[in-house]
Order: sequence, then structure tokens, then C-alpha cells
Amino acid sequence: MADVLTFTDRGIYCPAGEFHIDPWCPVARALLTHGHSDHARPGMDSYLSTDIAAPVIRYRLGDIRIDTIRYGEVRQIGGAQISFHPAGHVPGSAQIRVEVAGQVWVVSGDYKTEADGLSTPFEPVRCHVFISECTFGLPMFRWPAQDALRDQINRWWAANAADGRFSLLGSYALGKAQRLLTLLDPTIGPILTHGAIEATNAVLRAQGITLPPTEQVVQGTDLKSRTGALILCPPGAPATPWANRFGSSSTAYASGWMTLRGIRRRRGADMGFVLSDHADWEGLNSAIRATGAERVYVTHGYTATYRRWLEEHGYDARIVSTAFEGEAADPTESA
Amino acid sequence: MKRFAELYAAIDGTTRTNEKIAALAAYLAEAPPEDRLWTVALFSGRRPRRTITATTLREWAAERAGLPLWLLEESYAVAGDLAETIALILPPPTRESDHSLTHWITHVRHLATLDEVTRKVGIFAAWDSLALPERFLLTKLLTGGFRVGISQTLTIRALSQATGQPVTDLTHRLMGNWTPDKTTWDMLIDAKTQTDLSQPYPFYLAYALEDPTDLGDPAQWFAERKWDGIRGQFILRDQTHHVWSRGEDLITNRFPELAQLADYLPQGTVIDGEILAFDANRPLPFADLQKRIGRKTVPKKLLTEAPVILMAYDLLENHGQDIRPLPFAIRRERLNTLCAAIPPSAPLRLSPAVPFTTTVDLARERSASRDLGAEGLMLKRLDSPYLTGRKRGDWWKWKVDPLTVDAVMIYAQAGHGRRANLYTDYTFAVRDGNALVPFTKAYSGLTDAEFTEITNWVRKNTLQRFGPVRQVPPELVFEIAFEGIRASPRHKSGIALRFPRMARWRHDKPSSEINTLDDLRQLLKIQG
Repeated sequence: MADVLTFTDRGIYCPAGEFHIDPWCPVARALLTHGHSDHARPGMDSYLSTDIAAPVIRYRLGDIRIDTIRYGEVRQIGGAQISFHPAGHVPGSAQIRVEVAGQVWVVSGDYKTEADGLSTPFEPVRCHVFISECTFGLPMFRWPAQDALRDQINRWWAANAADGRFSLLGSYALGKAQRLLTLLDPTIGPILTHGAIEATNAVLRAQGITLPPTEQVVQGTDLKSRTGALILCPPGAPATPWANRFGSSSTAYASGWMTLRGIRRRRGADMGFVLSDHADWEGLNSAIRATGAERVYVTHGYTATYRRWLEEHGYDARIVSTAFEGEAADPTESA
Repeated sequence: MKRFAELYAAIDGTTRTNEKIAALAAYLAEAPPEDRLWTVALFSGRRPRRTITATTLREWAAERAGLPLWLLEESYAVAGDLAETIALILPPPTRESDHSLTHWITHVRHLATLDEVTRKVGIFAAWDSLALPERFLLTKLLTGGFRVGISQTLTIRALSQATGQPVTDLTHRLMGNWTPDKTTWDMLIDAKTQTDLSQPYPFYLAYALEDPTDLGDPAQWFAERKWDGIRGQFILRDQTHHVWSRGEDLITNRFPELAQLADYLPQGTVIDGEILAFDANRPLPFADLQKRIGRKTVPKKLLTEAPVILMAYDLLENHGQDIRPLPFAIRRERLNTLCAAIPPSAPLRLSPAVPFTTTVDLARERSASRDLGAEGLMLKRLDSPYLTGRKRGDWWKWKVDPLTVDAVMIYAQAGHGRRANLYTDYTFAVRDGNALVPFTKAYSGLTDAEFTEITNWVRKNTLQRFGPVRQVPPELVFEIAFEGIRASPRHKSGIALRFPRMARWRHDKPSSEINTLDDLRQLLKIQG
């Protein structure tokens, strides 16, 4: 029997439905799992995403032809039946289920099994073949409970505020930044944002997602009266001249990579919070078990290691390489 | 242990020196004395002896975590730290405990006396009752590789803040071979008198001189050779002699020929000098001395092949009196007197003065260094006291320029600790006809930005993997600087370099223009 999905130099392709999933080169029809830039590329003739993911994709890619679909809604595209299912990664992120002649394949996109209170929680989808990311596919990665993390972040902020210092918190603009917003305790002080993050906030607010009040830092912002504020910014920003205006400040990053002391220290941050939008080791294992799949393709991250682990557990495991991040762990990746 | 883990996290979590010092000073002011003592011991490199091999520890950790050993190894390759890897992969603790640092160190050392089964039970129990940060530190203690992001100098500054004692006194007190078993906090830090006869003085170290005209009036200065051996201190007190290396290792037994100096020198003598392998009137290459460094005891053959002497630089203690505050000229005069009273056959020589009147003379003398088996010149202000640690102004080292070759990178390997996940350890090759011959490794000399750029390049250009090592196309060219070259039958290239490092990344040079094996052989002929 022919494979439902194939792996081409443009990305994952479905011959029966003549569409690609998260392609990285221009194609006629692209189904997108979510709006992060390594999944949503410009130049496709037409796009399909969930209704929740579409506003950000539109904002990021500009004038595109995009159709939307609800979670769980089934559509026929050529000879393939497709549906989108919550991936829990960022608001609107989806796993894409593709069924052709009774064979079911699922593309996970990026996913997180823990409910974060912001994204629609991950739902396992039964399938024959599962294409799974494994960014954090090593047993060292075990995420702390969100409550413990909330306390840790707010304690750090409160201590800085008490010392009259700003708190610079680096995080990705889409998803993680908003998740952090829901964790912050606004009674500690004002929450300021970098322009890149505020733009995404605006798009999400406009589609009805509730976020605490934030204020974008602009040229004339009176920082003196906001001493002790927390500033949410992209991960690169604390190291640029943009951050000089804050004077005395403490810097922290929120990422799954912050598990590792070496990476934490290399970033030169005062604090590292272990907060990820991806599944941890246990998350990956439980998600894969729940699909009931016999064949698993792994992509993004420690693929060779994770494949071997799956093989030892009786799976037919294979590796898919992508144009983005051949392997592990650049801490600047959105993780 | 919680308090100690917080201290560790505070030091580890900041790059600001003052915050590190403040955290440690606060801890030293309030922790129980035995924990304070152990903390200072650990932070100055005095760790308890390893009780379990790293191999066994890996196996036990994998067993406890219910994971295959290979997966632990893969994780270790990514984290770059075994204790951290183990702490992260073990299941969360099932119990709570808050025993002191000293309690856990005692526990670890007690395990050494037990049979293997009991030992394993003891370690599982420890892992099971410690939260992640404490578990990491305990495992560090077990692996024997305890290192922390605070230097001994900063530790002493914190200790000074906590106790109100001057830094120089504390530096001296912490020298030598004390351990928490042999002393107490009171004896080490507070006691009025020192009783340890083997205790060395802190070494005075020089910064590199950039420009000799910075010296000012040449008449104020003394010059001598910077010898290429092991900087050491020879101590004779109460009929017993001790030899210390600058790294604070007691190396008395490695250099038995120095024992005879005890027959000629007065009691209460401490000499700062260079231990050199020496033949007739000339130092032997460092490689000859190297043969003796790793050995605790020396076979007879080696004693005749590579006999050592102490090349005396300075006199720190004279007739039991600490004379470090006296001007260098006076100390040198007294050293001269001591050396003159010794038979020429004894293994002690006064480091000869290098006469000069102008900085032009100095430059000429410096360029003659390699021919004399020296690394360069040492310049000392005639009125300088013997200070503690690395200080600017009174002493300078003026080394000869390093030797260099251009070579191409052929293998890369990720580093450890802060460099985990970054490809920082490279193997380099020179040309031999159409072939490339690996001849050295180097790990340092590039900026963080360059290491990151090369890491990305390595990931995209890997030809083949051999475990953690990646073979890459021979494209990136580097200028390799080194201090010396010698023949080495153990190496494929037949040569070995001393202190190789990357002087710069030669973006401008294609790999077709790198140096050849013949160039290296030529260098060996001239410099070796």
C-alpha cells in the first residue's frame, strides 16, 4: 500500500490530496499546524489552518489566501480525508490527521501534553503512523509543575521590584509570551512589552483571547515611574542596545533548554525558568503510546537517540530530516 | 544541604563578581562552622576522595532511573556534566530531608568503607531524599569533580568580608595541605599562630608585559630569564623539607634529588624557584621534565636521564623570618649569599641576572630566550616586596612570541560544562603531499561568537560521526600558536606541541595554503 504521506525536499506531502503540511518552499496548497516561522512560510498559493491560528498567520505572512477549519471538523481534499486536532503548543496549534483508504497518519506539528490554560489542550489521536517532533527527546527533560513555576517567576520579579530593578524576561513572541502573561501576578507591578510581543498580543486579544493588561515600551515611555516593572521581550532583546534604557535590571529566559546548567550559564542570564511549549520526555512517550501507532517518524531534536529508544520499545521508528534545525539544541530556537 | 545548594545556585546563577562574593560572605557568616570549613575546602579544590568510579555511578543511576545505559550516555553528551545528567534523569525524590553539608560528606565517605551492595543502597537512599539541586551537588561530591563558579581569590575575598581578616593573611592561611579532618574553623581561620611547618607562602605572579617602555627608568629594574619548568617553593623548617608546586601540590617525593639541599641550607628557609630538568649548564627541554611530573616515585633511570635542579628566583623566609616585605634587591642579596655557600654539585642554582642598561638591550636578550631554553624574561622592580597573587606593576613577564603554523580543522567535538552543546574542541591537520596529517588539538583562543558560528557550521557539515566526534570537511583554517615543539613517536605526525591554542581564525586563507608536515619537521630541527 502506498504511503499516505511522503517526505519531499519541500516538506511533508500527501499525494492523494495533493497538499503539503508545513512546507518550507512555495507549493500550491499548504496545511499549517501553527504560525511559528519554521512551520508557516510565505509564498504558498493557498493556506489552511485552524480558525484560532489563522489571525496570527495572516498577521505574520501578510496578504495570503487562507481558509480555516475548526478542531475536529472533517474535510475531503482529493482522495484524502483531513481533520485538525489540538496540539496544545500555542493557541490554535494543531496536529493534522490524514486518512486515505482506511490508513490514518497524523502529523503532530509541535505539541505539548500539559494543559497551560491558554491553548486548547492536547488531544491524542489514534493512528497507524505518527509523525512526532522530539525537540526534548531526552530523559533529562522533565518540566516542573506550572504552579511551582508561577511561584518561581513571581518571586524573582517581586525581589527585583523590591530592589528597584526592572525584570527583563526573554521569551518567544507567539505562545510563550502570552502563557507567561497568564502566570504573572499583576499586583507586583506594571507589565511592559517589547513591540514584537505587543503586536502578537493585539492580534490574540482581537480574536477574543483574554490577557492581562500590558503596555508597550516606546520612545517616550516614562520608565522612572515604572521602576520595578517586568518587561516581556524577545529572547535576543536583552543583549541589544534596546535594553540599555532600563539601566539596573535582572535578566531571565523562559525555555525548556533552561533545564541545562551549561546553556543557562552560556546565556549569561541571572535566571532561567524551565518553561517550554514542547512535550517533555514523559510527554513524548505518553503521547506516542496514546496514538496506538506502530510506525513513528521523529523529527526536530535528538532524533537518532529518540528513534533508538522507540525501536527498543517495539516501534518501527524512522527519522525525518527538516530544513530547519537539523538537530538538537540551539537555545535560540523557539522552545 | 539546602542552604549550601542555595549558595551554589546563587554563585552559579550570576555573572557578577560582587554578587558571588556577597552570597558566599553571607553564607560563611551564618553557616555552622563545620559546614563553613567544608565549603572553603571544596571551593579551594579540597574535595573528599572519590568513593565510587564514574562507571559504576553511571550504571547505578541508569538502573535507578529505569533507563538503558546508552541513553544516559547520550544525555551526558548533551548536558556535558555527569552529575547534572544523573540528577536530572533520576525519578523525583520520595522523601524530604535537610541534613547539613557535613552530614552528607560524612555519609559519602562512610560509604567507601562498605561493601558494594550496601554502598549502592546508601546512594539510592541519598538520591531518593534530595531535591534536584542538592542531589546534583551530592552526585558532584561522589564523582569527585566538584567545581564551582568562584575562584579561590574570590572565595578569600568573601572570607575576608565574613571574618574581617585581611586577604593576604587568609591567602596564606589557606595554603598548603590542610583538610577539614586535620583542622577546625577556629584553628584554620582564627588561631593566632600557624603550626603547620609545611605551609608554603602564596606565590607572587606576574602579568604579561606589552610594551617595555612602560617600565620607566630601566635602572629601577632587575631582569632574569623566565625558565620553563615547574614554578615551586622549597621549604626547609625544623629538619624537614617540603616542595610545593604553584598549583599547591606537594611534590616533595617526585624530586628526591632536592632532599640534599636540606644538608646545606639553614633551618627556616623558603626559596621560590623553578624546578628544571638540567644537564651540565643547560636546561633540558620541558618534555624531559614532563616525564617526571606524572610520577609519584621516580625510577633510577629517569633520575640520571632527567636530573632536576632548583633555579632560585627569590628568598621568602630567612632564618625562620618572613622577609617578603623587604625589597627585592635585599632578598636577592640574601639569596645570593645562601647559594654561594653551597657546593656547585648541589641541585640549586641562582637564576642569573640578565645585565642591561636600555630596553633595547632587554629586547635583544628576550629574543635569545629560546636558544637558552627559556620562555622569555622576568622583570622585577628592585624595591618590590613579594606580593600575593597576580599583581600589576612591580613584576612583569615578557615572553617570547609563540611559534605559529596555519592548519585546517578536521574533527570537532563538543565541550563540557559551559561549553556543552558547543563544538569547541578541534583536531587540526597539516598537509603532507596530498594527505592531511593530524598533529594537534586545541580548545581555546576563539570568542564565544566564533565558537557559535563554527558550531553551526559543524552541524551542517558533518561528514561522519565517531561517537561524540564529528569529522568535517577540511575547510576552516586557523593559525595555531604554541610554546614549544618536540619529537613524539606516539603521535602519527611524529611531533607534539606545547600549549597549542587558536591564535585566530584565518578566514582569508584557503586550506590549500596551510603549512606542511615538512614545515613542522623544520621547526622541530630548529626549536626542538
